[in-house]
Amino acid sequence: MGKTYGMKQPIFNRRGFLQQSTLATVATLAGTSIIFADKIPPHYRPLAFDYDPLKGKSPEMTVLGDKPWNVEPPVHLLDDAVTPVSKMFIRNNGLIPTDPINPATWTLTINGESVKSAKTYTLNDLKKRFKPYTYQLVLECGGNGRAGYQPQTSGNPWEQGAVSCAEWTGVRLKDILADVGIKDDAVYIGYYGKDPHLSQDPTKVAISRGVPMKKALEEETLIAWAVNGQDIPLEHGYPLRLVVGGWPASTSGKWLHTIAVRNKIHDGAKMEGHSYQVPIRPVEPGEKVAETPQNFRIIESMPVKSLVTYPKTGAMVDIKKPLAIRGHAWAGDRSVAEVHTSIDYGATWQKSKLSPPKNRLAWQQWSAELAFPQPGYYEVWVRATDDKGVTQPMVIPQWNPGGYLNNACHRIAVKAVV
Amino acid sequence: MNGVKIAFLLGALLIGLASFRNNSVTQYSSAKPPFRADTLKKDAESGLIDAPNLMMVKAQCTACHSSKLILQHRFTRAGWVDRIRWMQKYHKLWDLGESEKVVLDYLETYYGPASMSDKGTFRRPPMKQVKWYKLEP
Repeated sequence: MGKTYGMKQPIFNRRGFLQQSTLATVATLAGTSIIFADKIPPHYRPLAFDYDPLKGKSPEMTVLGDKPWNVEPPVHLLDDAVTPVSKMFIRNNGLIPTDPINPATWTLTINGESVKSAKTYTLNDLKKRFKPYTYQLVLECGGNGRAGYQPQTSGNPWEQGAVSCAEWTGVRLKDILADVGIKDDAVYIGYYGKDPHLSQDPTKVAISRGVPMKKALEEETLIAWAVNGQDIPLEHGYPLRLVVGGWPASTSGKWLHTIAVRNKIHDGAKMEGHSYQVPIRPVEPGEKVAETPQNFRIIESMPVKSLVTYPKTGAMVDIKKPLAIRGHAWAGDRSVAEVHTSIDYGATWQKSKLSPPKNRLAWQQWSAELAFPQPGYYEVWVRATDDKGVTQPMVIPQWNPGGYLNNACHRIAVKAVV
Repeated sequence: MNGVKIAFLLGALLIGLASFRNNSVTQYSSAKPPFRADTLKKDAESGLIDAPNLMMVKAQCTACHSSKLILQHRFTRAGWVDRIRWMQKYHKLWDLGESEKVVLDYLETYYGPASMSDKGTFRRPPMKQVKWYKLEP
């Protein structure tokens, strides 16, 4: 093998192109003329031409990556009861579609081994033929909080902002599936969207996950075309997406064009290995676990969790006045029974006020008033308990190879000053 | 006599083990100092450390994905090999051939695990970089 890179490869294959493009530099790709334009494989599109999903977003958002796009808000931006799109995290496994999208011709096909016969609906059919519903639904990345795990795991190092609770409007998947007709052997649904794979290889699927039939047939599982009363923005799945509240948001497929009703657990991209899976048995931090179905289970409901969304961490407050604090709490498929706060590192806990959810699978608002005994540095910790009595750990929970399900208590730093 | 011999051998073995341990520790901190990313020149486009084999890393890695997938992680050489194998298994990454060693040398040197104090071995480390502000009522 030669020591000159790329020159010995035929330039027409992908690898050859990539090596040549590196010589040309990506900066050149962004310019008006594209070096080797005639040699670019037909499906390859330089990154510079992609859509900018940050345009509608708060300038305070943290960009974890732009290829694929992964963006999260700092926790204090999540103060609204209903998350505005401008403060909603973006999670992608593949690329945001660049081909023009025409909602008038967009279709959803329901197929798979366990449909009586495949059926295709236009977006307009869905809106006209089925009753629309609107729900506030928590969508949280399975890897939210991954940055807290030591040793570090693969995947985006999300802090605690990869969660939203917006108002989604669409039709119930169960209504569509009833119209199509499902066989008795149906086990799972799997979605397919139009997001290209990172490699831009059209034969590769970026992500194709799903949920068991029981979750698919819940009333709140929607095929949605609107969020907070508006069309879904492109980066969140325009014009159609699946919305599955309370489960890893990777089950809520974007740019949705097909749902397969499977007679087995769906085997699409990101259903394999340790993707969105955790070891069945507790493992030592850093331990190697063979990625077999015997060792791993697919994450279903997300665990109980809470955030302090006001004030922003770092608040210097007047010690003479009580400090009003607030935030949200949620618990996957369950509801939150109690929320407590502590200003002494968990030695004592005070019960907060807690409101019921707007609907099942929506997050709940909590609030409290704090008095600080003397001037100084405090950490305000919040801890939610679900309706089965399961509570959040203060320490980082069970390490796992994918860095999922970190629901450790959130905290903010506060200085009480005279 | 035999007892003395055994004690001597045992002692030598213990010293050997101890020095081996020391070696592996000192190798980490002196022979191979963990480079501080903020003291080295960075490539403006990718944010990656501008070192001799940067172009190879860009050709093999960031042609397909964001450089942040490297910048955000600190893995051992074996850890980086795992990432490459995973991308080869699931994401059509090609066989890197001889350039794999070059890429791994670069990643191990500049993006290996920092000293343990960097992130702390705490289950919840002290809060860092708090930006204090006066909260107006």
